[in-house]
Amino acid sequence: FYLTPPQVNSILKANEYSFKVPEFDGKNVSSVLGFDSNQLPANAPIEDRRSAATCLQTRGMLLGVFDGHAGCACAQAVSERLFYYIAVSLLPHETLLEIENAVESGRALLPILQWHKHPNDYFSKEASKLYFNSLRTYWQELIDLNSGETTDVREALINAFKRLDNDISLEAQVGDPNSFLNYLVLQVAFSGATACVAHVDGVDLHIANTGDSRAVLGVQEEDGSWSAVTLSYDHNAQNEHEVERVKMEHPKSEEKNLVKQDRLLGLLMPFRAFGDVKFKWSIELQKRVVESGPDQLNDNEYTKFIPPNYHTPPYLTAEPEVIHHKLRPQDKFLVLATDGLWETMHRQDVARIVGEYLTGVHHQQPIAVGGYKVTLGQMHGLLTERRARISSVFEDQNAATHLIRHAVGNNEFGTVDHERLSKMLSLPEELARMYRDDITIIVVQFNSHVIGACQNEE
Amino acid sequence: AAGMFLRLLSDIQWRAANPKWRRMTSSRRSTSTTAEPHPVSLPAQAQVVICGGGIIGTSVAYHLSKMGWKDIVLIEQGRLAAGSTRFCAGIVSTARPVAIELKMAHYSNQLYQQLEQETGVQTGYVKTGSISLAQTQDRLISLKRIAASLSVMGIPCEIITPKQAVQLHPLINIHDLVGAMYVPEDALVSSANVCVALATAASRNGVQIHERTTVSHVTVQKGRVTGVETDRGRIQCQYFVNCAGQWAYELGHSGEEPVHIPLHACEHFYLLTHPLKEPLASSLPTVVDPDGRIYIRNWQGGILSGGFEKNPKPLFTEGRNQLEIQNLQEDWDHYGPLLSSLLRRMPGLETLQIMQLVNCPESFTPDMRCIMGESPTARGYFVLAGMNSAGVSYGGGAGKYLAEWMVNGYPSENVWPLDLKRFGTLQSSRTFLRHRVMEVMPLMCDLKVPRWDFQTGRQLRTSPLYDRLDAQGARWMEKHGFERVKYFVPPGKDLLDLDHSKTFYKPDWFDIVGAEVKCCKEAVCVIDMSSFTKFEISSTGDEALESLQYLFSNDLDVPVGHVVHTGMLNEKGGYENDCSIARLSKRSFFMISPTDQQVHCWAWLKNHLPDDSNLTVEDVTWKYTALNLIGPRAVDVLSELSYAPMTAEHFPSLFCKEMSVGYANGIRVMSITHTGEPGFVLYIPIEYALHVYNEVMNMGQKYGIRNAGYYALRSLRIEKFFAFWGQDLDAFTTPMECGREFQVKLEKGMEFVGQEALLEQKQNGVYKRFTMFILEDHDTDMDVWPWWGEPIFRNGRYVGKTTSSAYSYTLERHVCLGFVHNYDEKTGEELVVTTDFINQGEYEIDIAGQRFQAKAKLYPFSSLFTQRRRKDEVELSGYQRE
Repeated sequence: FYLTPPQVNSILKANEYSFKVPEFDGKNVSSVLGFDSNQLPANAPIEDRRSAATCLQTRGMLLGVFDGHAGCACAQAVSERLFYYIAVSLLPHETLLEIENAVESGRALLPILQWHKHPNDYFSKEASKLYFNSLRTYWQELIDLNSGETTDVREALINAFKRLDNDISLEAQVGDPNSFLNYLVLQVAFSGATACVAHVDGVDLHIANTGDSRAVLGVQEEDGSWSAVTLSYDHNAQNEHEVERVKMEHPKSEEKNLVKQDRLLGLLMPFRAFGDVKFKWSIELQKRVVESGPDQLNDNEYTKFIPPNYHTPPYLTAEPEVIHHKLRPQDKFLVLATDGLWETMHRQDVARIVGEYLTGVHHQQPIAVGGYKVTLGQMHGLLTERRARISSVFEDQNAATHLIRHAVGNNEFGTVDHERLSKMLSLPEELARMYRDDITIIVVQFNSHVIGACQNEE
Repeated sequence: AAGMFLRLLSDIQWRAANPKWRRMTSSRRSTSTTAEPHPVSLPAQAQVVICGGGIIGTSVAYHLSKMGWKDIVLIEQGRLAAGSTRFCAGIVSTARPVAIELKMAHYSNQLYQQLEQETGVQTGYVKTGSISLAQTQDRLISLKRIAASLSVMGIPCEIITPKQAVQLHPLINIHDLVGAMYVPEDALVSSANVCVALATAASRNGVQIHERTTVSHVTVQKGRVTGVETDRGRIQCQYFVNCAGQWAYELGHSGEEPVHIPLHACEHFYLLTHPLKEPLASSLPTVVDPDGRIYIRNWQGGILSGGFEKNPKPLFTEGRNQLEIQNLQEDWDHYGPLLSSLLRRMPGLETLQIMQLVNCPESFTPDMRCIMGESPTARGYFVLAGMNSAGVSYGGGAGKYLAEWMVNGYPSENVWPLDLKRFGTLQSSRTFLRHRVMEVMPLMCDLKVPRWDFQTGRQLRTSPLYDRLDAQGARWMEKHGFERVKYFVPPGKDLLDLDHSKTFYKPDWFDIVGAEVKCCKEAVCVIDMSSFTKFEISSTGDEALESLQYLFSNDLDVPVGHVVHTGMLNEKGGYENDCSIARLSKRSFFMISPTDQQVHCWAWLKNHLPDDSNLTVEDVTWKYTALNLIGPRAVDVLSELSYAPMTAEHFPSLFCKEMSVGYANGIRVMSITHTGEPGFVLYIPIEYALHVYNEVMNMGQKYGIRNAGYYALRSLRIEKFFAFWGQDLDAFTTPMECGREFQVKLEKGMEFVGQEALLEQKQNGVYKRFTMFILEDHDTDMDVWPWWGEPIFRNGRYVGKTTSSAYSYTLERHVCLGFVHNYDEKTGEELVVTTDFINQGEYEIDIAGQRFQAKAKLYPFSSLFTQRRRKDEVELSGYQRE
């Protein structure tokens, strides 16, 4: 069984999406030029999600990747909802009031986000009312609180993450009279998702991360080479600080059971996540909700199962770590990707491949005949060879696709091997997950001119 | 062998090799050319200042001075022949699809041939001939069409087999060829030397040439050129000629009053090689392989080969830029596909050694045709630029036409296809030009099929109904930036197929347009005609009427509410414009002209109307949406919508009235159509457009209304024998020659432009006659379709060319329109064409080398008209070009 190159391409490109920030008067005033994103499923259906949107009532752009586990319900919900929570957290008091008044009097709402979605990225229609009500409660509380202070992006991100996780948990506890929705909110709460979100506004880049996805900045050195700067901390067993944090939060008696086989309570890879109420709720609460829940839930061994050594919940939090970075002209792009990418490729290679892709063939030394004796035939051979070398770059119109091609198809020499690519992509569904994970990538390209100009102003 | 190459690259050395030039210039300049950069100071004034010392500028100077103008200064920022001219491939090729371009190239060839003898400057002229190769049948058809044009002009040419091609040029690989065209008189020249020869001759005739002088801007006062500012001082002048090549756009924009010259440069590459082991003969024909996108000529025993790649590299978008000039280097990766193509065509060249890959920018225009003529805003400001990489082929002829234009007021040929005024400010955006030339440059080699539309620079001007029509399946074409519907694809049809209807044969929209035509004849159709140019002319007193009576040949002193079809003629009686004019009130007129008249007509009115503050002319094109209701039921739809009787008694044809349609008031309704079918045109203030359209469509349901496009309109107007300006009519055609005497009121009691010429024609007869041809033995399904420009033969002898053609769904035959001349059998002199001459002849039309019998008619079929109409109004209504 063998896939032809066009077949490989159609698989790789099925989910690709590109967005270019529109230009005004021939100039792009945003520090973001645009982004490319793509995902390649290993699970069926895929459990990763991605989101991108422009904030309309404040400045800035939001981009995020979400890696779901135990199903895709939680990742789906977070991908739909998190940006609204962040946007609302960033809104000034007056705008919140305006929005609330509009809802109250049934007027048209100010649009908060402009989404940039691939046709396959869907929103749940059924739950939108429920989600909206939770969000509205959140902004009503913000209005009541009215701290009067200007909103700090770091705080807004942290609040939004925590609030959404809290709402997910509450909705599952309260339930819903509609049986479909009732099952949905429980699925969301019992599955889990990590989130890695970037907020870009001018030269201010904030990365909020919960879990083991990662944000890497591509920096072009003066000599033209590429280096990678990681802008997030993985929340897993490899991160000493994270292990330390978990241990601090629980009695000494539990210490040896907290992390087993590099997993939280021997079960969960990421140490922070949305949903996963099995690691957050008390045993009583879990039992009550499961028993009163629909049959599907009751019949599900996974939801009924209580983690071993479960004494002092919660063991898990959705609170993100936020890193702030001032963008410089040499910061050319940002790669947000789920762990599916990072476990196959080193960040240094990622930065190089994307960097070389984005700058195109300009890097290949031009040929000059000069005083040499070259025949037309020789030149023709030389050019044909050069074309073949760069054609793998030209095949992709999307940096994320290009990266996936390398992640899946790279041989030991670091070049794409078509045979390998074909084999990896033609694996049957049940085997695919053994060889690779879902991969979701967003490559954000920065506008060095704008960033340079902003810097000079400051 | 490398000597010539060095000459190409080094002016200094080259000058030394031309003692005649040095002797002449030094005697004029009184000092040696090498020591002093500016030996002679600029004159304070001159009649003409030409900017640009390339082949174009020197050709203009040469021809002006030949025609007797002596007070001419030519200014060049660097050295003569140092720009694109120096790097030019030097191929003089007459195989051009556009007739006027073909004539220019033919003249250039004749001029260059005798230039060496005339001036004593070696031009390197060699008559090598050229072979154009066809890899496909469609390409062969297009070559056959060109061959037909060449033959009737008396230019030898021949369609040959691949085997014959290889006999002419032994290096050609013919395995993938279906045929070729051989033009034995095409030539090669050294373009730089031709340029210097022209300069030499001009200089002898008194033209002053100043090198290393830069024009900073041109000064204009009261709409007239007054002088030129240079880095060496000011020259007062009456005429300025912008021949600045790829810098012409910038130069045009440098003055206070910008002159828009839409062109944009692209990099252009060609390869030079060392000689072959057995050097190629300098007489070996040039090979053009358009399907392979390349041309190959012999050069110094080796070859010179360039081409037009699919992915051109535009440059100087932001203007002249030193960095970009420095970066103009060999780009082998970019040239790669052309090299593959070259080796495929001539595999024997594999072992040939490379000398250099030359990168020489060429300027391209939005429609692949060069730019010639006078600025619409600054009188005396002439332009000749944008040669689309054919500067050498066109240079001689283009210079001649422009010189005639300046000296005589108009060239000796119709150059409207090249006229600067076919463009406006709207084609002047750099973004537009950059995108468009990236499409145009590859097109140089693409197959030119009928009804081709540009893909870039679209959706610039649109009707307010654009989205509505688009949603109903409209397919679009563009005219002067305006999107117009070709036809509507019915739901369920395969769209992909329709978008690829590029063929010389029956196109796949055939049945779609047929259905639209049928609906126009039997029920009612709506066509959005908003693109047409609309002017309002009014005055406080009688000035408007008086001036229009002078400018137009028909009588405009008609009762208020009448519509008059009339030509706007030049002194020779030729059509500068063809329009309908409605008298809105005693003192105001509403004038409708073809879409691409917007700039030309405006300039003509500005130049010919008296400078009178009581008289106002306003361009209201953008204010109105025009909907044309065509068909026998149009009257029913409109009367139901307006609660007004619309029958012929209440609303006779050629009548104009403001009325309400639906809720909208103030809709200007005219009982004219552009096809001869009964119907109305509604001029709707744009804010009402959607409303009126919706009302018309809703009300029209019961009468079977549907949308229609321009292809249906075109078929209808051609089968009715309606001439359209810009296609059938031009500045060299008078009303007398196209059966429109009735639109000329010689006795209207007032003098008007062109009156004398028309009187003379009336007395002496005409020398060409607009005629309609019905193709007899043409198989619509199987034969190549006529387009325009096909030669017409009468009793086996060439008498003229067609100007437009269409399939008539009513006659179920092809109809061609064209002009018949009467050339004396012996002398070739043009004789009077009489009705008898037309009627007593056997006609044939040559379509791509195949002749079809045709029946000639001077009047349309009366049976085509379902309704009884006023005697002359049928022809009256046909005035517009599609």
